[in-house]
Amino acid sequence: MTSSLLTAKNLTFGYDDVPILKNIFLKIEAGEFIGLIGPNGSGKSTLLKLLAGILDAPAHSIYFKQNDIRQVPRKRLAQSIAWTPQEQNLAFSFKNSEVVLMGRHPHLSLFTMESEKDFAIAQKAMETTHTLPFADRYFNEISGGEKQRVLIASAVAQEPEMMALDEPTSALDIKYQMQILEILKHLNEDKNTTIILAMHDLHLASKFCKRLVLLDNGKIVRDGPPDKVLEPGILEEVYNIDIKLYRDPNGGVLVSPLLSDLSSTAEFE
Amino acid sequence: MTQKHYITTLGIFLTFLLATLAIAPLIGATNISLIKAFSSEIPFKENVDAHILFLARLPRILLAGIAGSALAVAGAVFQALLRNDLAAPFTLGVSSGAAFGAVLSIAMGWNFRFLGVPALSIFAFFGALLAVALVFSLVKVRHNEFETSTLLLAGVTANFFFAALVMFIHYLSDFTQSFQIIRWLMGGLDITDYGTVLSIIPPVALGFVILMVIARDLNLISAGVSTALSRGVNVSRIQKSGFIVSSLVTGTIVAFTGPIGFVGLIAPHIVRLIVGPDLRLLLPCAMMFGAAFLILCDAVARTLIAPAEIPVGVITAILGGPFFVWLLKRKKNS
Repeated sequence: MTSSLLTAKNLTFGYDDVPILKNIFLKIEAGEFIGLIGPNGSGKSTLLKLLAGILDAPAHSIYFKQNDIRQVPRKRLAQSIAWTPQEQNLAFSFKNSEVVLMGRHPHLSLFTMESEKDFAIAQKAMETTHTLPFADRYFNEISGGEKQRVLIASAVAQEPEMMALDEPTSALDIKYQMQILEILKHLNEDKNTTIILAMHDLHLASKFCKRLVLLDNGKIVRDGPPDKVLEPGILEEVYNIDIKLYRDPNGGVLVSPLLSDLSSTAEFE
Repeated sequence: MTQKHYITTLGIFLTFLLATLAIAPLIGATNISLIKAFSSEIPFKENVDAHILFLARLPRILLAGIAGSALAVAGAVFQALLRNDLAAPFTLGVSSGAAFGAVLSIAMGWNFRFLGVPALSIFAFFGALLAVALVFSLVKVRHNEFETSTLLLAGVTANFFFAALVMFIHYLSDFTQSFQIIRWLMGGLDITDYGTVLSIIPPVALGFVILMVIARDLNLISAGVSTALSRGVNVSRIQKSGFIVSSLVTGTIVAFTGPIGFVGLIAPHIVRLIVGPDLRLLLPCAMMFGAAFLILCDAVARTLIAPAEIPVGVITAILGGPFFVWLLKRKKNS
C-alpha cells in the first residue's frame, strides 16, 4: 500500500489561542485536483500554509509521506511542495524571469549559480504558463493575471509533486480565471502534479476540481466530488444565503444565490 | 543572469574602483610628485612626498574604501531584509549605540589603548553591540519569521533612546569635550594609521563572506517571506544572520569613523538602479561602488577648502543627493 502524499490528522491550529482550524482530517493522494472552498475567514489560507510547511503545524498533525512534516527539512519539503500567494507586489524591481528562476532555489546548493539546466527549466515553466512574452519585464509592472501566471511559473520551475495555491483566480476576470485553471489542469493531467487550491467561484471549482473540500469556521464540513459537496442545504447553512443550484450542461454546477427579499416567493423554472 | 553578464558587470565596477584608487592618492592639499615619492635616492625619513603619500593619504584612502564598502553592503542587506528601500545601516540603532559609547569615553576622559585600539573605538563598538543586543532582545520569531515591523520599531526607539543619552552627556561636558563630541558625531576619516586599517579588515571581510554565502536566500526573502519559506529558505535563521552580521560590520566601521551618513542608504540604491536587485551581484558591486564613492567624497572633503577639511559626511550627502535624483529621473525616462 502506498502512503498518501500529505495527511492531516486531527489538525488544530490557531494564532494566539484563537482557533482557526479545528480537528481537520484530510488525506491528499498524488495526482489529485482539490478545490478548497468556504466563506472568507473559514481557514482556507491557513490550511494551505500549514500543508505547504510555511506555518508550523503542531506535532503529529500533518504527515508528508509518513513523516511528520515538522521533521522534514525545509529544503527537502520545498522540492516536493510549492506554494503561491494570492496577490503580491515586490519591494524591489525583479524581472519576471528572475522571479521564475527563484523557483529553482530548493534544487541549488550553496555557492552555486543557476546552471544551463535551471535556465532551461525556468524557460519551459514560462512556456507552460504563457509568460515568456513578458519574461524581461518587471514583475511590479504587469497585470494581476500576468503576475499570478508568473507566480505559478515560479512554482512550476520548482518541479514540485504538489502545488498549493492561495486563491489564484480571485482577483481576475473570467478569461484569466479560465486561463489559470486550464494551466493547472494541464499540469495535473500531463505532469501528474497534485493541485490544491483555495477559490471562491463555486461554479468554476466544480468544473475543474475532481474533489472539493468545504471549510466553515475552521472545520471541514463536506469533502468529496463536486456534486456531492455542492448541495443547497449545506451551502445555505455555510454561506448563510439562499441558493439554487443548476446543472451546467457544459460540466459543473451553477450556484445561483437568490435575492433575499424574493427568495421565499420566487420560482422561475 | 548569465555568468558572462555577471563577470562583465563585476569587471566594470572593479575598473571604477581601481581607477579611483589610482587617482585619489594624487588629490590633496599639497601637490606631490610620484617620482619623488618612489625615489630610492631620498631616504624615507626626509622624503616629504613619500610621507604624504604613504603615511597621510594612503591609510586614509584605505579606511575610506573599507568604510564605504562595508556601509554600502550593510545598507543593501538591511534594505533587502526589511523589504524597504528607506532602510540604512543606522536604521536599527547601531550608530546611536556607538555614539553613546564614544561620547561616554570622551566625557570620562578615558584615553587608554588596548591592543593598539583607542578607548574611544572600543567603547563605540561596545555601544553598538549594546544597541544591537537591546533591539534584538525585543524581537521574537513568530510563524517562522522574524517580526520585522517590531524590529524596525525597536530600532527607531533605540535610536531615540541613545540619542537622548548622548545629548545628556553632551550637555554635562565641558567645551573641549563638547567639541570632540560634535566632531565625532559628524563622522570622519582623518585620524587613521595602518594599524586601524588592519584591525578592521578581518571582521569586515568575514562579514562580506557570510553575507555573500546567504545572498541567494536573502534575495528570496526580499521578494517575500512566505514564498521564501515555500522555496525552502530557513527564513528566521537567514534574517537573524543577515541582521546581526551587517550590524556588527556597521558597528566595527562606526567605531573607527563615527557615523558617516548617506553612503549606506544611497550606494545600494544607486547600484541597484544599475545592476538590479539580485544580491549576488548587488553586494559585490555595492562593495566596490561604496568604496569608490567614499574615497572620492573624502578626496573632495580634503581639498575643497584646503588646508581645512570638511567632514566627509557633509560631502556624501551633498554629492550623493543630486546624483541620486539625476539617476532616478533618468531611470524614469527610459
